[in-house]
Amino acid sequence: MRIVISVGTALLGATLVMAQTEHSRNGASKRHDYAELSKAPEKTRSRRNPLEGDADAVAAGGKLFDQHCAECHGPSGQGGKKAPSLNVHEVQGAPPGALFWLLTNGVVRRGMPVWSKLPEAQRWQLVKYLQTLKVDTPKAESSSTGEAK
Amino acid sequence: MYRLFRLDLLLGLLCAVLVLPSHLEAQESPYIVTYDHYLEEPGSLEVEYFSTLGTQRGGNDFHAAWLELEYGATAWWTTELYLDGQTTFKDSTIFTGFRWENRFRLLQREHFINPVLYLEYEQKNQADKILKEVEGHDVESDYAPGNASLRKEHAHEIEIKLLLSKTVKGWNIAVNPLAGKNLLPSTPWEFGYAVGASRPLALKASAQKCNFCRENFIAGLELYGGLGAADSLGLHDTSHYLAPAVAWNLPSGWTFRVSPGFGLNDNSHRLLMRWGVSREFAGFGETLGKLLGGRR
Repeated sequence: MRIVISVGTALLGATLVMAQTEHSRNGASKRHDYAELSKAPEKTRSRRNPLEGDADAVAAGGKLFDQHCAECHGPSGQGGKKAPSLNVHEVQGAPPGALFWLLTNGVVRRGMPVWSKLPEAQRWQLVKYLQTLKVDTPKAESSSTGEAK
Repeated sequence: MYRLFRLDLLLGLLCAVLVLPSHLEAQESPYIVTYDHYLEEPGSLEVEYFSTLGTQRGGNDFHAAWLELEYGATAWWTTELYLDGQTTFKDSTIFTGFRWENRFRLLQREHFINPVLYLEYEQKNQADKILKEVEGHDVESDYAPGNASLRKEHAHEIEIKLLLSKTVKGWNIAVNPLAGKNLLPSTPWEFGYAVGASRPLALKASAQKCNFCRENFIAGLELYGGLGAADSLGLHDTSHYLAPAVAWNLPSGWTFRVSPGFGLNDNSHRLLMRWGVSREFAGFGETLGKLLGGRR
């Protein structure tokens, strides 16, 4: 009995340490996360957002973002310790189909879960919202050019 | 009745003390027995409480409850601790054991079918009545004796399941074959199954935050039962249940589930009335890591 409890406690501790380590590693390699977008199959990349003309899609997507994404990506998509910024050219310039593909499949080895549990329509609403986020401009660049990209 | 509520109170208090400042809105399935392939978000802790009110022919009806602490260790590994207890009416209230469950996602991306490996260790006595899984030749009469005699028999068991699941057009279909074994060498492997289907009442999210939006409700149906043991495979002397289920996911992070399970043959309890409440807390791992002085 004691052995079982000891082994169980040790494994649970290792679990927590491993989880913490993985989150930290993710923060240090954010650039690699964007590479996943380029892995979307061509057939999926070329998909158009079926909610393109839906007036409520951005608002609904924003609500879904707050509920499911903001905890890791930040309330404005600016990124955090656990997940990279979404306010970058790699994301904002990505075709809707690629964003949809990434949401569906996640980046499991880097800590982003799959989101296929959200119905397709909700994932497209999220994509619509993601595309409204502004690209962050580095401060130095911003002051020298005097305008945001 | 006093004992019934004493157990509820204890488990409820355990839930309450774990309240943390931040939460995620859960998108939980209505399943209580079946598993889909979705794991807990990494670093998140979900605290869950479930009840099963069961009818018992040849004995006293019972109320079994369990507390579940589900933690997303990584995006491909979820670990859970269960604490089980039960009240048998006109008898007693007892703690019946614990379970340690682990689920491992086997494939990185979504595929036609998504497999997850489920491994569980259970240390419980035979008075455990949560019926979280039905396997082998589990039948209603096994639960009829009083707690005093059932609790004398202790079991160390392992459960292995293959969780196969697919979501298409809003429908989730999940199939879970299972094998379980008492670690005593003389006991055979026992087999069982759970199958489920579920769908949100609306596929598009509404633009406003709302408690009663249709997309917050997910309805489903579960079917589960035993398939005999290695030395006596088959459906004879097995029990089976059909259980409609509904989950209500609130924007505040709470999820409520209700599922009446109906016995499908004479070996089954006539009714297993189940309900549960859960709340997901984001950032638990990070908070704990800081407390333990982990690397940031």
